Amino acid sequence: MNINLTMFGQLIMFAMFTWFCMKFVWPPIVMAMEERKKRIESGLLAAERGRSEQKEAQAKAQEMINQSKYHAAEIIANATRQASNMVEDAKDIALKEAGKVKAQAQVQLEQDTIQTRNELKNQVSDLVMQGVNAVLAKEVDVKTHQQMLGKLSQSLS
Amino acid sequence: MSATNEVITSGSYIKHHLQNLTYGQFPDGHWGLAHTASEAKEMGFWAFHLDTLSVSFVLGALFLIFFYRVGKKMTSDTPSGAQNFIESVIDFINENVRGSFNGQNPMVAPLALTTFIWIVLMNTMDLVPIDWLPYVAQQIGVWFGADPHHVFFKVVPTTDPNATIGMSIGIFILIIYYSIKEKGAGGFAAELTFHPFGKMMLPFNLFLEGVNLIAKPVSLALRLFGNMYAGEMIFILIALLPFCVQWSLSLPWAIFHILIVLLQAFIFMTLVIVYMDMAYQKKH
Repeated sequence: MNINLTMFGQLIMFAMFTWFCMKFVWPPIVMAMEERKKRIESGLLAAERGRSEQKEAQAKAQEMINQSKYHAAEIIANATRQASNMVEDAKDIALKEAGKVKAQAQVQLEQDTIQTRNELKNQVSDLVMQGVNAVLAKEVDVKTHQQMLGKLSQSLS
Repeated sequence: MSATNEVITSGSYIKHHLQNLTYGQFPDGHWGLAHTASEAKEMGFWAFHLDTLSVSFVLGALFLIFFYRVGKKMTSDTPSGAQNFIESVIDFINENVRGSFNGQNPMVAPLALTTFIWIVLMNTMDLVPIDWLPYVAQQIGVWFGADPHHVFFKVVPTTDPNATIGMSIGIFILIIYYSIKEKGAGGFAAELTFHPFGKMMLPFNLFLEGVNLIAKPVSLALRLFGNMYAGEMIFILIALLPFCVQWSLSLPWAIFHILIVLLQAFIFMTLVIVYMDMAYQKKH
């Protein structure tokens, strides 16, 4: 347990070790740890940013969905309106056409009626004349009864 | 201790274990290894303890090489086993330095790391069964042609006061250097002389503050040395007991000693940080 030069040997060794540690051992270790710290920090920040971006995107998407829903509703409403208009128009046209056809048919009918009636009248008067002729062939003088027969056929028409 | 036919007594066993392998200058002027304790004593100041120096050098080198190699392969990705270990040590040191040291000095944390790990390793040598390394040294000595009884080998550097005093001198130099650097020579002198009792009591102040200043390295060195020396002493005493008793005492003491190993290194490191902080403080 003598005190001797060992003391200074130890002192020099201590100084050397500390110097080496400070110069070559400490900095790379601390730097790597510091770098990891920074990376974790930036990673957390990025995650946070990503989360807020996602929220934003979701909101945007929701808005777009709402808008397109509105558009779709509008389009459907327009289409419905247009369709009902078309149906209305078609109905109008059809009604008009039908009216026209009906009117034509009525006119035709009337003409036919008149014609038929005239024909019938003529035939009936002819028949009457024939019958009268056949019945009154000798008793009736055609010339004397001509006037009366004429009146008769006139009243029939 | 005579060289021939020596019967190992308890006394000689203990003495042998407490004697350093000394290389120094004999009274007649030539340099060489001391063969006996008395020869080592006669060498006085001009001698080296080869065992203390070599063991502490090897341990310090191991520490630095290990940390250097892992440090070179450090990644900031997921760390591997060794890196995890080193990072937890560095975190531990950093936490202590940040907690106690308020100055700006890139040297303090590496200094604390070196102090802590080196002392832990040196103290840990205490846990190696006490006869192993001396026996190996003896065999090597015999191989070189030495008398086995003259080969001394004290394994634990921190049980040599030279080692602890050497370290505390280093700390003392740093305390004085940074005190003067931070406060100026005048400021440091004022700190030593104008407190605690004002300028009228200057000599008394100087005496008090001087004791305070000197006490730092002395207590630092003696605390570590005393604790480790006592622990080693008890291991030696246990080793003298019969074999069946030995392990039943040696094991609990070794387990308890693990605590002392770490605790003493921690205390030394913490005090180094605190002393450096005091050197930086300008509160007076």
